[in-house]
Amino acid sequence: MIELKNLHKQFGGLTVLRGISLNIEKGKVLVIVGPSGSGKTTLLRCLNLLETPDQGQIRIGDVQLDFSKKVDKAQIAKLRKQTGMVFQNYNLFPHMTALENVMEGPVTVKKESKEVARAKGKTLLGKVGLAEKIDEYPFQLSGGQQQRVGIARALAMDPLVMLFDEPTSALDPELVGEVLKVMKELAKEGMTMIVVTHEMSFAREVADEVIFMDQGVIVEQGPPQQLFVNPREERTRQFLQLIQS
Amino acid sequence: MPMFLSNLFDNPERAARLIEIAQSSFLPLVKGAFTYTLSLTVISFVLGLILAILTALARISGVKVLQGIARFYVSIIRGTPLLVQLFIIFYGMPSIGITIDPFPSAIIGFSLNVGAYCSEIVRAAILSIPKGQWEAAYSIGMSYPQALLRIILPQAARVSVPPLSNSFISLVKDTSLAASILVAEMFRKAQEIAARTFEPLLVYIEAALIYWIICMFLSFLQDKLEHRLDRYVSK
Repeated sequence: MIELKNLHKQFGGLTVLRGISLNIEKGKVLVIVGPSGSGKTTLLRCLNLLETPDQGQIRIGDVQLDFSKKVDKAQIAKLRKQTGMVFQNYNLFPHMTALENVMEGPVTVKKESKEVARAKGKTLLGKVGLAEKIDEYPFQLSGGQQQRVGIARALAMDPLVMLFDEPTSALDPELVGEVLKVMKELAKEGMTMIVVTHEMSFAREVADEVIFMDQGVIVEQGPPQQLFVNPREERTRQFLQLIQS
Repeated sequence: MPMFLSNLFDNPERAARLIEIAQSSFLPLVKGAFTYTLSLTVISFVLGLILAILTALARISGVKVLQGIARFYVSIIRGTPLLVQLFIIFYGMPSIGITIDPFPSAIIGFSLNVGAYCSEIVRAAILSIPKGQWEAAYSIGMSYPQALLRIILPQAARVSVPPLSNSFISLVKDTSLAASILVAEMFRKAQEIAARTFEPLLVYIEAALIYWIICMFLSFLQDKLEHRLDRYVSK
């Protein structure tokens, strides 16, 4: 369902992605791990074009983009509608309540009626365990609650795939669990997910496939059992030792 | 007792006349304030603010031509006196066949002025909104105009209320310059009454007091507005 071919990305003189190719099937959970600066966040941001790759191809569902040519705005918008993004720093809209945050995409972008969007928003906030918080502003919510609103906001656009950019890295340790729980439920329901994270226990438990990235390339790829227990590459082994010690 | 006061008390007739003038000039002054001073201020500010937002967007657009136009506009308006600008529009333009009535001339002059000064406020306010807000807006599929109108400007508005209020209050007082291009606003009324009665001190102080009261009321509105816009920020 998702296909990346030979993606390259440079920032100034710095090459961040050097030829990433990848396939993800519908309903699968892909976890990307790797040291900071490995390009994993950039890869994720390329998937909904917050960064534009310099070359390569991306296909999500029936939207296909080829970056060797200039891509037009309509195509970008179409691709973005297929993806839901969850940010490390939540990036909720501070001037809107939790419910308004979730309703914003359906109402403004999809032109759904307010009643429909409100009903959907309440359902989604209920699903992430925030039924009682729908009228609170972001500043009145804890980090974990804000991140769950962020997940509901992304889900409200009915994306084909959910992208998570280190969704628990900014959270206090005691709040990590509630966000991971919501993500596990999503995975169980069959949502296609790509997750950049340092939560190895989550990767072990939920991922169908794990990718280890370093210096802009995929070093190793495999099911969590293989990659964590029996890595083939020396670089993977070193990284795993570092984060486990 | 100071001279001017003892003069008054020694001369009950003059005192009575001053009270008379103060009373009879009050209504015309207030009328000038309501028909021209306030309408000039509000119309010019609204038009100026639209101009300011467009100019700010041009400045941050990254498009060289737009940036150049915006810079040139801000530079020329900020670099020349408002009174001179008004004179060029009203007294100067007829020489090239463009004759504009006093009131619209004043609107044009003040709007251009507000647009230039406030564009810097709006630009700073937009730039103060974290990049993550744009990204979040784009990530749910918004276009640039949607992100701007729904996400960025509402937040920028909160940041810019105090400096914009400053400009607004300045504008109330700057409209007195329109007296010089024949707009019958409050200060022009005051000049007429002063010329007729030969009591400039009294009449101009009266006009000054009315400006002050208007500005105090606007400061009060500013507080209300700030309070309202602060509802989504932790205190």
